[in-house]
Amino acid sequence: MSVLVYTENWDGKFKKLSFELVSYASGVAKMAGTSVTAVSIGKVDDTELKKLGNYGASKIVAVTNEKLSTLDNQAYASVISEIALKENSGVIIISNNNAGKAIAPRLSVRLKAGVGSGVSRLPLNLNPFTVYKRTYSGNAFAHLVIKSDIKILTLAQNSFDLAETPGNSCMIENFSLTVDEAHLKTVVKDVQKQTGKILLTDADIVVSGGRGMKSPDNWSPLTELASLLGAATACSRPVSDEGWRPHDEHTGQTGKIIAPNLYIAVGISGATQHLAGISSSKYIVAINTDKDAPIFEAAQYGIVGDAMKILPKLVEAVKAKK
Amino acid sequence: MKILVCISNVPDTTTKIKFAEGNASVDTAGIQWVINPWDELSLTRALELKDNPANGVNSVTVVHVGTAASEPTIRKALAIGADDAIRVNADSSDAFFVAAQIAEVVRKEQFDIIMCGIESSDYNGSLVGGMISEFLGIPSVSAVSDLKIENGQPLLTREIDGGKEVVSVSVPLVAIVQKGIAKEPRIAAMRGIMMARTKPVKLVEPMAVESLTQVVVFEKPAPRAACKYIDAENPAQLIDLLQNEAKVI
Ligand SMILES: Cc1cc2nc3c(=O)[nH]c(=O)nc-3n(C[C@H](O)[C@H](O)[C@H](O)COP(=O)(O)OP(=O)(O)OC[C@H]3O[C@@H](n4cnc5c(N)ncnc54)[C@H](O)[C@@H]3O)c2cc1C
Repeated sequence: MSVLVYTENWDGKFKKLSFELVSYASGVAKMAGTSVTAVSIGKVDDTELKKLGNYGASKIVAVTNEKLSTLDNQAYASVISEIALKENSGVIIISNNNAGKAIAPRLSVRLKAGVGSGVSRLPLNLNPFTVYKRTYSGNAFAHLVIKSDIKILTLAQNSFDLAETPGNSCMIENFSLTVDEAHLKTVVKDVQKQTGKILLTDADIVVSGGRGMKSPDNWSPLTELASLLGAATACSRPVSDEGWRPHDEHTGQTGKIIAPNLYIAVGISGATQHLAGISSSKYIVAINTDKDAPIFEAAQYGIVGDAMKILPKLVEAVKAKK
Repeated sequence: MKILVCISNVPDTTTKIKFAEGNASVDTAGIQWVINPWDELSLTRALELKDNPANGVNSVTVVHVGTAASEPTIRKALAIGADDAIRVNADSSDAFFVAAQIAEVVRKEQFDIIMCGIESSDYNGSLVGGMISEFLGIPSVSAVSDLKIENGQPLLTREIDGGKEVVSVSVPLVAIVQKGIAKEPRIAAMRGIMMARTKPVKLVEPMAVESLTQVVVFEKPAPRAACKYIDAENPAQLIDLLQNEAKVI
């Protein structure tokens, strides 16, 4: 039995979430007294591959095949399940991001493996295999027993601390395969990608604005604070619905679900549907004129006051520290 | 072209979740049940596509796996505008079970586009759509924020890290939809509510499928520490605390 972890890369470099995933997989492997095998699909050189070893992977299966350059979840799932069977994997770990959400359910059906999705802690128990899982958009947590022989866990992004395992040695195995053309059905027509922007789902710090920002013209102190802190920007749903900010910034139940170390909510009331997307943040700061706004119940730090006056002062304070 | 919209029956999103005796299930007393928010948007998009004859959509069917208790939610979907409904008469024990049932419905009735929400607001699994596609061996596109039909072919926009990708996929396919798929959920008009009463709801008995997961107990999220207030006249203190106490900046 081994723990298999599917890692993701971009432009030949591993995404941070890949190191989180391997750290988590190592935690599971330690509980089970077994080792971690990491799967990498795409062109990644050996120096980069070896980095997975720093977080506890003892074997890396590297798949390079030109035909797998776009995410075709059917093709990816077939590759990963083939490796899982070959490696005799009892637990498979995948990110709970968009790619993971596309791959995990397919693997589940292929391998008849139950899925614990969006986990953020190590399993509670291995026998019966029990995970702690977010349900009701964060209003309840479940102890979920996975009854199948193979278990799939999808890990919430930013929820598990990186853990280095110094002195760990790892080997690389190149895995060649033939991709069944019939499985490649997704034809990409157009890609629009922003570069140089911190991705909301990856960010350690997020500065977010709500309707209390009053107008799209008031955003500059908020974005300035964000850039000084190296933070991503976000917003509440009405703000993106109004077109004040782009849709990909919308956090909450029907938007993005994030778990940064720090979430600064400015002029956001803290409706349950908003909290559903941010309640896993380690620290929440609320800035709001209404001392009774529910956001203060979720926050560890709060300022009752006008965002338009407070944001410029925060910008000055951060500048003064630099 | 035939569209199937999968709908899940969930507590209204403002519900304060309470547990029943033993904490192994949710106390359903007083809960207002609604169509899962993403499914409502996905139904709306399906109906928008049908509205324009150029798209060649002949019918929009909704499918739900659940007991008779969820009939009102199905009627609501019919009132919003679905042509007919199929209910697989079973308790929806886990995603694997539900997806297996819906896949069977698709095998029998043949749909071209199967639409699912990215997650249900109760179990937050993000699994059913992908599982249906694998059961059927057909493509799926996840995180879809736009679905069009061009020259009889679906054209989908999906969210990728830091951007968007437009992809074309042949039918049959499963579209797993998220924010953006429709602007606002369509609301049932009086006429729709009247018509819904006579629209057909086909009852199907479930196949024998074993679920792979089971919730044994629920718990409330750990309470957060009380909020520490900082004087509005001195916001710089916040930066101090974030740096030296929380150590997050
Ligand atoms: C099915 C469903 C799903 C939903 N999903 C989401 C979701 O994913 N994400 C989401 O965000 N919402 C979602 N909502 C909407 C949600 O219920 C709230 O309406 C929304 O979060 C409120 O946004 P807000 O806090 O920006 O605005 P408001 O609730 O209007 O709050 C504005 C706040 O700003 C404060 N304020 C005003 N002026 C100032 C000032 N000068 N300085 C500082 N503070 C000020 C006010 O005191 C108030 O607290 C959903 C709703 C439904 C029904």
